[in-house]
Amino acid sequence: MSLVDGTGTDTLPKLLQRNAGESPAAPGIREKTRGVWQTLSWSGYRDMMRDFALGLAAQGFKRGDKLSVVGDNRPQLYAAQLSAQALGGMAVPVYQDSIASELVYVLNHAEVSVIVAEDQEQVDKVLSLKDQLPHLRQVIFDDPRGLWAYDDALLTSFEKVIDAGRAFGKLHSDYFATELAKGTADDVAMIAYTSGTTGAPKGAMLSHRNMIAGSEAFLEVNHTKPGDNWLSYLPMAWVGDVAFSLGMALAGNVTINCPESPETVQRDLRELGPHVMLAPPRIWENMLTTMQVKSSDASPLKRRLFGYFRGLAERCELKKTDGVPLTLGERIGLRAGEFFVYGPVRDQLGLRNARWCYTGGAPLGPDSYRFFRSFGINLKQIYGATEASALIACQDDAEANPNTVGRPMPRIDVRIDGNGEVLLKGPNVFIGYFKQDEITRDALVDGWLKTGDAGFFDKQGHLVIIDRAKDVGQLTDGSAFAPQFIENKLKFSPFIREAVAFGHEKPSVMAMVAIDMQTVGAWAEKRGLAYTSFMDLSRKVEVAGLIADEIGKANATLPDVQQVKRYLLLNKDLEADDAEMTRTRKLRRKFVAEKYDAVINAFYNGASQVEVTTEITFEDGRKSSITSNIVIHDLKPAEPARKAA
Amino acid sequence: MGTGAGGERSPSVSSMLTINNIEVVYDKVILVLKGVSIDVRAGAITTLLGANGAGKTTTLKAISGVLRSERGEVTKGTIQLGEKRIDGMRAHDVARLGLVQVFEGRRVFEQLTCEENLIAGGHVHRDGAVVRQGIDMVYSYFPRLKERRHQQSGYLSGGEQQMLAIGRALMSRPQVVLLDEPSLGLAPMLVEEIFGIVQRLVQQEKLSVLLVEQNATLALAVAEHGYVMENGRIVLEGSAQKLIENSDIKEFYLGLNEGGSRKSYRDTKHYKRRKRWLS
Repeated sequence: MSLVDGTGTDTLPKLLQRNAGESPAAPGIREKTRGVWQTLSWSGYRDMMRDFALGLAAQGFKRGDKLSVVGDNRPQLYAAQLSAQALGGMAVPVYQDSIASELVYVLNHAEVSVIVAEDQEQVDKVLSLKDQLPHLRQVIFDDPRGLWAYDDALLTSFEKVIDAGRAFGKLHSDYFATELAKGTADDVAMIAYTSGTTGAPKGAMLSHRNMIAGSEAFLEVNHTKPGDNWLSYLPMAWVGDVAFSLGMALAGNVTINCPESPETVQRDLRELGPHVMLAPPRIWENMLTTMQVKSSDASPLKRRLFGYFRGLAERCELKKTDGVPLTLGERIGLRAGEFFVYGPVRDQLGLRNARWCYTGGAPLGPDSYRFFRSFGINLKQIYGATEASALIACQDDAEANPNTVGRPMPRIDVRIDGNGEVLLKGPNVFIGYFKQDEITRDALVDGWLKTGDAGFFDKQGHLVIIDRAKDVGQLTDGSAFAPQFIENKLKFSPFIREAVAFGHEKPSVMAMVAIDMQTVGAWAEKRGLAYTSFMDLSRKVEVAGLIADEIGKANATLPDVQQVKRYLLLNKDLEADDAEMTRTRKLRRKFVAEKYDAVINAFYNGASQVEVTTEITFEDGRKSSITSNIVIHDLKPAEPARKAA
Repeated sequence: MGTGAGGERSPSVSSMLTINNIEVVYDKVILVLKGVSIDVRAGAITTLLGANGAGKTTTLKAISGVLRSERGEVTKGTIQLGEKRIDGMRAHDVARLGLVQVFEGRRVFEQLTCEENLIAGGHVHRDGAVVRQGIDMVYSYFPRLKERRHQQSGYLSGGEQQMLAIGRALMSRPQVVLLDEPSLGLAPMLVEEIFGIVQRLVQQEKLSVLLVEQNATLALAVAEHGYVMENGRIVLEGSAQKLIENSDIKEFYLGLNEGGSRKSYRDTKHYKRRKRWLS
C-alpha cells in the first residue's frame, strides 16, 4: 500500500510525525555549526515543526496561506516549511542568492504572507522590498547576528515564534493534531517556481501526493536504509532539493545534513561521507576540474601514477560499456589502481561511502560521466522536471550509460509524441501552475505532462533525452544543431567553465567561451604569465592558444559540420546575477543570444574583433556596465585522422 | 578596463622598477605571494592597496631584500631596478643601487638624535660632504626636523618620527622609495602634510614611489596608478582614476555607497557583497 493511501502518512508533516513516533531518538536532521555537527532527532525535528506551526497559528496563519523560506539549507527552514504544511498552508522556497528585484515577482505572485529568512543578509533583502509586498505580514529570522538594532514591526525571531507556539499549545492542547489530521494527499504542499530558462518564473503547484508518490517510486528502484546520510547543500528552492531533502528523506527515514556554509560544502561532504548523493552537472564538472588541478600540482611520481591509472580506468570503462571482457592484466591493474588511486580519490571527494550518486538538472557530458564511473563512483543519471516533482526516470546500477537517462520510475508512464516530445503521466505530475490556467492547459493535455524535452526510447527501453526541444535547431545546410551537446564537449576541458554555441539557421557553429579562472590561472602561473583579473587572463594570446587546442580536441570528436569554426573568450563569466543563467546555472539561451547579439553578428560577418558592452548586476542589485574589445579567433579544422582518446 | 589600449599591460618604457610574476615562500613552505607583477613608473607614485594580510608588506620586503632576514624567499619571477636584476640581492646592496624601504610604524633609532639618524641613513656614502648635502636636502623638505635636529628621536611626535624615517631613507639618495603605511596612527593634518611633502619629492627629486596604504582614498588621490592585492595575488590594476570609479573599490576600500556618500558604522553588515573585480 502506498503511503499516500494511509491517513497517517498522506502528507509530508504526517510523515515526520510518523518518523518521530517510530524512531524518536534516531537522527532526523543535522546541522554543522561552528565546526560541530549538531543532531536533532526525529522527535526533536517534529517538536520544532509543531511548536513553530503553533506559533504561526497564534499569529493567525490559516489554511491556504503561503510561507516562503529564503536562505541556505537550515533545519529551521525545512521545519518551517513543514509547519506551514501542517496547518494546511503552502511552502514557497525561493533562491537565497536571488537579487531583490527577482524576489519581488515570486513573492508577490505567490501572495506570500510569512517569510522565514536565514540571516541579516536575507532580512535586509526582504525589508528593502516590503513596500512592494502587500501580502507580507511577518518576517521571521533564524540567525540574529547583526539584527539587534532592527526595530521593524514585521520582524520577529524564530525563537520567539517557537516560544509563542509553546504557550499557544498549552492553551489549545489538541490544536496541532487536529490541524495535522485535516491535511490530505491532494492539498498543495508547495509552489515550486521554475528557474525559467525562458521568460518569467512559473509556480508549479505540487501536492503531497505528488511528492510522496514520487519519492516512493524513486525509493523502490534505489536502495536506501533508515539512517543513511544525505547532504542538503543544493538550493532549497530547487525542486531537486525539495524532492530529496523533504520527500525522500521523510519517506525513507534518511537523515538530512546541512553544511555549515556554502564555502565549507566540500569539506563537510568529505567529513560526512554521505551514503547517497545528488549533484547537478556543474558540481561534477567542478570536482573533475579540482582533481585535475591537484594532480597536475602533485609530485611527478604521483602525477604519473594518477595519469596511468586514470587512462587504464577509462579504457576499461569503455570496454565494459561495450561488453568486451577485460584481460587478466587489466583486472590486476584495476585492483592496484583501486588501492593507489581510485580509493584515495573517492575518499578525497567524500564519496567513499556513497552507494549511488546522481547527476541531474541538466545533462552531464559523457566524458565527465565516464571519468567518475571509471573511478568506482556509482554515478547515474536522473531525469526530472519541476512539474513532475523532480522525478521521471533514473538509471539502474547495472545499466548506467552516459547517453540515456534510464527507465521511467515505477507507476510513471512516459511516451513520445509525434513531434518527438517526451510526455508523461503519473502520480508525481503536478496540479498546475499557480494562477496561470492558460499555461497549465498548454502543459497538461488529457493528464499528460508535456516536458518540452525532445527524446526517444532506445532498443533496451531506456529514455534518451536529446536536448530541450526548443533549443535543437538546424544549420543552413539542414543538418541538426544541438547546442548543448557541443557545449558539453567543450566543457569537458578543465580550462573551459562555460560555453555557448551558436548555429541555428547559420552556416556553421561558433562558440563563446568563458575560461575557468582556477585552472587557466594555474596554467598561466606555471608558464610565468602574469595576470590580474578574469578579464586580463582572457585577453592573453597564450590563453587563446590554449583554448584553441582544447576546442580542437572537442572538434576532433564532432562531425565536420558540427565543429566549432570560430570562438571568442568572454571577458567575464556567465552569471545568474546578470540573468545569463538561471539560479541553478542553466544557460538562458534566448536571453544570452539577445544580450550578445553584437557578438553573433561579428561571428558571421567575419569581423576579427567586436566591441561588447555588457551590463553587470551586483549582488545588491546595483548595475554598471563594461565595454571592451574582444578578439574573435578562427580555428583550423580538426584533422579527421586524429581519433578521440 | 575600458575600451582600447587602456587595458593593455605593456611594460612601459618609463618604468623604474619592474616586478615580474614573483612568488614568495616563507620557511620554504608557506606560499604568500603568487604571480605578482607590478610596474613602478618613474617619477610617479604607484600604490598597492589591500586588506590586512593580503601580502602588501611582503611584496615590499621582497623588493628591498629584507625578506631574507625573515626566512622568506623569492622562488619565482624577477625584480628589476632599471636594467639590473635585484631579486636575490642583499638589502644593503639594493640600497646602494638606489632603492630603500621605509618601514611601517616609523622605526627610528630612538636613542639617537634626529641628525644622527639621518647620518646613519647616509651610510652608503663615504664622502662626508655628500652626507652633509643630503642632510640639508632633507631639512629643506622637512623644516620641522631641522628645528628638532639635536633632540633624541624617541621624544619626537609620531608625525615627526615618520618624517624622520622618510628623511633617513632619502639620505642614500634613492631613485625608488617603498613607503609602507606612512599614515598609520597619525593625525589627519600631519598625514596631509607628509603626503604633500612626498608629492613634492616625487616632482622635484624625480623620485619613484611605491606606496602601500590602508587609507585608499588618500592613496588614490596622490597616485597615478594602482594595484589591488588579495590573498597574495593582484586582483585588479588600473589608473588611479579608474580605480576610484570601480564599484568594488568604492564599496570595499573607500566605504562609499554608489551615490558616493559615506556609509555609517551603524549600517555595518555581517555579510559582504561578493566582489566581482570587473574593470
